[in-house]
Amino acid sequence: MTKPMVAFRNVDKTFGSYKALDAVSLDVMPGEVLCLIGASGSGKTTLLRSVNQLHPIDEGAIWLDGELLGKRQEGQHLHLLTDREIARQRLATGMVFQRFNLFPHMTALENITEGPVQVQRRRAAEVRDEAMALLERVGLSDKAGNFPSELSGGQQQRVAIARALAMKPKLMLFDEPTSALDPELVGEVLSVMKGLASSGMTMMVVTHELGFAREVADTVVYMDAGRIVEYGPPDQVLSHPREERTKAFISKVIA
Amino acid sequence: MPPRKLAPGFADTRGMPIARRLYWGRWLAAALIVVLIFLLLRAFAQGQIEWAVVAQFFTAPAILKGIVNTVIMAVLAMTLGIILGVIVAVMRLSSNPVLVSVAAGYTWLFRGTPLILQLLLWFNIALVFPVIGFPGIWSGRAVDVMTPFVAALLGLALNQGAYTSEVIRAGIISVDEGQHDAARAIGMSKIHALRRIVLPQAMKVVLPPLGNEFISMIKTTSLASVIQYPEVLHSAENIYYANSRVIELLFVAGLWYLIVVSILTPLQMLLERRFSRGTARRTK
Ligand SMILES: Nc1ncnc2c1ncn2[C@@H]1O[C@H](COP(=O)(O)OP(=O)(O)OP(=O)(O)O)[C@@H](O)[C@H]1O
Ligand SMILES: [Mg+2]
Repeated sequence: MTKPMVAFRNVDKTFGSYKALDAVSLDVMPGEVLCLIGASGSGKTTLLRSVNQLHPIDEGAIWLDGELLGKRQEGQHLHLLTDREIARQRLATGMVFQRFNLFPHMTALENITEGPVQVQRRRAAEVRDEAMALLERVGLSDKAGNFPSELSGGQQQRVAIARALAMKPKLMLFDEPTSALDPELVGEVLSVMKGLASSGMTMMVVTHELGFAREVADTVVYMDAGRIVEYGPPDQVLSHPREERTKAFISKVIA
Repeated sequence: MPPRKLAPGFADTRGMPIARRLYWGRWLAAALIVVLIFLLLRAFAQGQIEWAVVAQFFTAPAILKGIVNTVIMAVLAMTLGIILGVIVAVMRLSSNPVLVSVAAGYTWLFRGTPLILQLLLWFNIALVFPVIGFPGIWSGRAVDVMTPFVAALLGLALNQGAYTSEVIRAGIISVDEGQHDAARAIGMSKIHALRRIVLPQAMKVVLPPLGNEFISMIKTTSLASVIQYPEVLHSAENIYYANSRVIELLFVAGLWYLIVVSILTPLQMLLERRFSRGTARRTK
């Protein structure tokens, strides 16, 4: 049996006294596209950010491609990894943010080459060629020399996707990649993501685009109050949800 | 489609020239200022100032050496101050409580006491510690080590660092949190993200106040004259002690300060342009 690309086991995360993640367990298989849906504040962002270790989890554990994240087990004890070791583990994931977070003082091309050159210490010329190919892939070859402030929201988000892909991640995390976009720009970003999904990338996508989830996802997860309430193929979760709150949420999003 | 009917009474203004407007207030104010400047110049020209002496000492070797010393001290103290400022700002923003308190304590101490007092203390440190150095490695008599140059540099840089750290901290805070997340997400360590992503963006916010501080520093070096550092004001004083041309020599020093500051202002603008990369739509 193939091993999961990501495995969550009883993950807890509290902010102050608020439980943002409550005993979350989940497997994401290699090549799987998993869409996370749920009301605002249900913990979707928190779940993604804990895979990328942008904040530490309180209890439980996450494995990425078989490697325990953030900690090392020695005998009966866990040891916290250093900032540097965590930075190395982060290389296995790429993340795309709701508000793009492109580096404003760098051109589109420099945004993409920054990680491979500065972090992975790869040769600039070779990285540049790959970055140009990535820009081509997201349909922006003509924008290589433009700064983020000179790009539309949809174009910025596509550069952000290319920037994440440049690190050759095993897993891509998307946190509401289209919710900051004007409606007519959503399509161009979703189609890049569709292409990525069909190329076999493992993806965890937080989204309110139920049409995208239905078409592209292998699995849809519905979260509520830090827990996974519903899990299954899109048709089951979106069309025949078992729980009342899932039904209520879906009818609200579609309306 | 039939032609749309537009409401009548709205003229077609295409091609009409725009008449020049007269700014009476501006002309009046400018005229007034010109008159004032003329009166002021006349007053000085007729006053008890020997302009020939000003001209004579303007390029005197002692004065030239003084202004060079002033610039050297300002540049060195500011450079050290900025390095210290960055380190202290980063310490202040770290999650390590020890570093945070050390940084806060440093800022408190050096901002809380007059600079001239700090300079005098450094210069007279031999009274407290006759011998200074690192045990077992190197040591020397404090009077030999703590020359006016060393004391002035130490005093000015440490003081500057305390102020600069707050400027830098403000710059770092002004950078969007998401920038940090994005830098971490491509695998940068905290320090790496700070150097490549956060600080370059903070520069935009930090440069105008830093320019201010540097200009201020040029003039603050004159305080080092109390501990015998031979900067330009000290040289001017030494000369007027001998020839009693007090006002003339103060004018010489003043002119030199103005010249140095005037050179710095366009330099600052160049730097600001360099660091505003990507912030505005480039219009060509
Ligand atoms: N840094 C933080 N400090 C305190 N509370 C936080 C923090 N981050 C998230 N929370 C809380 O944790 C809960 C889950 O937040 P999260 O951002 O994961 O929700 P979400 O499902 O992504 O919501 P949305 O759809 O609005 O993005 C929320 O109640 C939020 O207020
Ligand atoms: Mg969220």
